[in-house]
Amino acid sequence: MRKTVLEAVGLHRAYGGVQAVDQVSFTLAEGGALGIVGESGSGKTTTARIVVGLERADAGRVLVHGQDRTEHRRGRAHRLARARQVQMVFQDPYLSLDPRTTVEAVLRETLRLHFPGADHPRRIAELLDQVGLGPREAGALPRQLSGGQRQRVAIARALAVEPAVLVLDEAVAALDVSVQAQILNLLADIREQTGIGYLFITHDLGVVRCVTEDVIVMRQGRIVESGRTAEVLAAPQHPYTRLLLDSVPRPGWDPKAIAVARRSM
Amino acid sequence: MTTLAIQAYRLHLPNTARPVLAGVDLTVEARETVALVGESGSGKSLTSRSALGLLPTGAGTEGTVRVNGDDVLTMTGDQLRALRTGTAAMIFQDPRAAINPLRRLGDFLTEGLNGRLAAGAATERAAEMLDAVGLPASVLGRYPGQLSGGMLQRVMIAGALMGDPALILADEPTTALDVSSQAEVVALLDDLQERFGTALLFVTHDLGLAAAISDRVYVMYAGRIVETGPAEALFNRPRHPYTAALLASTPRPDAPGGRLAAIEGRPPSLREALTGCPFAPRCPLATFLCTQQEPALLAVEAESARRAACHHSDRTGANDG
Repeated sequence: MRKTVLEAVGLHRAYGGVQAVDQVSFTLAEGGALGIVGESGSGKTTTARIVVGLERADAGRVLVHGQDRTEHRRGRAHRLARARQVQMVFQDPYLSLDPRTTVEAVLRETLRLHFPGADHPRRIAELLDQVGLGPREAGALPRQLSGGQRQRVAIARALAVEPAVLVLDEAVAALDVSVQAQILNLLADIREQTGIGYLFITHDLGVVRCVTEDVIVMRQGRIVESGRTAEVLAAPQHPYTRLLLDSVPRPGWDPKAIAVARRSM
Repeated sequence: MTTLAIQAYRLHLPNTARPVLAGVDLTVEARETVALVGESGSGKSLTSRSALGLLPTGAGTEGTVRVNGDDVLTMTGDQLRALRTGTAAMIFQDPRAAINPLRRLGDFLTEGLNGRLAAGAATERAAEMLDAVGLPASVLGRYPGQLSGGMLQRVMIAGALMGDPALILADEPTTALDVSSQAEVVALLDDLQERFGTALLFVTHDLGLAAAISDRVYVMYAGRIVETGPAEALFNRPRHPYTAALLASTPRPDAPGGRLAAIEGRPPSLREALTGCPFAPRCPLATFLCTQQEPALLAVEAESARRAACHHSDRTGANDG
C-alpha cells in the first residue's frame, strides 16, 4: 500500500445559495494519478482551486503528507512552503505565461524565489530537457512558441519547485489531438521519473482512461461515483457516469437517445 | 444540383512560402452531412468560410467555390450579402463570441431579414425557428448573458435557419459545449436537416465525432485533402497514414490505458515551402519517393468512393487502436 500524499476531507464551498462543492473527500496516493471528471458546474474546478489554495473552503480540510494546508498561516515563508507542496497547470498557456518573459527567465524567476543561491542554469537546462524543449526555445517569448510548447513551459515551471502534487486543470483540452497525445505521454514519463502525484481535472473520459489510475465523477458539487478508472469506465454504476460515457461520439452513436436520457435526469 | 462544390481551390496569403489551400476539391449535396476534419492550421476553417466569401485580407484565389451553382469568389458585395442572409449560413464555435451581448436575442435573430420582411413577420419567423430548436418565444426578449452555453448555441442555430438556407456551415459548433450538450446539439442539427433538407458541412477536429454524425468525411492536412470517403469505412480502415495516426493518438475511454501512439513533430509552418508529400517528415511509411513527389488524391483500389493522397495507401493497415 502506497502512502497518501494528498487528502481532501469533507470539502464544502457555497456561492450564494448554490453548493458548488458539497461533501467532497478523496485521497491521492504518492506518485498516483487521480482524475476528477464532470461537466461545467460540477464543481471540479472549484475543488481543484481549493486544493491549490486559490479558493477557500467553507468547511473541510486539505492535507499534504498529513499536514493541513487549509489553515492559512501568514507570512512569506509559509506561503512559499505551501506553493512547493502543490503546483497547478492551467488549460490555457496563452493566459498563464507572461507575454514579455522568455522561457528561461520564467524558470529562473521561479527558482530564484524558491531556492535562492542554488545553481540555476544547470537546473533550468535539466527542466527544459525534462519537458522536451531545447536551447532554441529557452530564449523564446511565449508568442514565438506553439500551443504544445507553451504547455510544456507551464509544466516545466510547475516542476521547478519539485512539488509533491501537480494539479492539471483541463491541461490538454485546448491542444490539437496529435499535440495532446505528445503532452499526455510526456506527463506519463514525468510521473514515472519523479514520483509526483497528479490530480487531473477533465471533462474528457478518454484522457482520464489514458493518464489516471483512480477517478471520481462529480455532478452538481457532489461525488456520484468513484473507483479504479478502468473499472468505472468498463462498468459504470451511476446513471450519470453512463450518460457521460454514452455521450462520447463513435460510429453507430445515437445522439437522440442521449438527449432524451439527459433531460430525464 | 450540388449545393456546395469546391473545385481546384487554391488560396494564397501574403508573406507565406506556400499556398494556405493547395487545390481543395469538396462537394456537399442537399440533405447530406459532410465532415471536414483537421488540426489547427490545416485550412479547414478557411475552406468553410470561403463558402460564404469570408476571406482573409490580401488573399488571392484560384479555382471555384460554387454554392447552388454560383461562384462565391466572383460575387459582388450585394450578391454576397444575399448569399449570407439567405442561401448559406454559418454556426460558429463560441456563441458568446458570435452574438452581441448588449442586444436582445430577438434583434440578433431578425437582423438578417431587415428590409426583406416586415418587422412583425420577421419576429414571427424568429419565434417559429426558436420553436424548431426547442426554445420558447420568450427567449426573444432575453440577453445572451441570461442563457447557458448550450441554449445560446441553439439560438445561433435558430439564427442560421432564419433565411431558410440551402447550406449550413458549422465550424466546431459543439467544441465549447459539455459532452452531453454536444449530443443534444448534434441530435438537433440532425433533426432540422431532415425537416428542411439542408446540406450540412461540419468542420471539426474530432475524428470520432465526424465518424459518428456524417455521411462522408474529408481529412485535411497542410491545406490539402489527404483522404476522403464514407465515414464508417474511413474510421475502420484509414488509407492515409495521417488519418491512421490521428485515430491512434486519440485517447478513448474504451481503450487500454497508458501511452498513446503520438505523431512526432508538428505540421509544416506556412513559412516553409513544401516538396513532396507534406506529411512525409512525420510519416512512418515515408520513402525517398515521398520526399520528392507530392501524391495525388486518387481512388483507393476497388473502392471508388474512397480516395487517398498517399504513395503507400496500400500499405496503410487496419485501425487496430
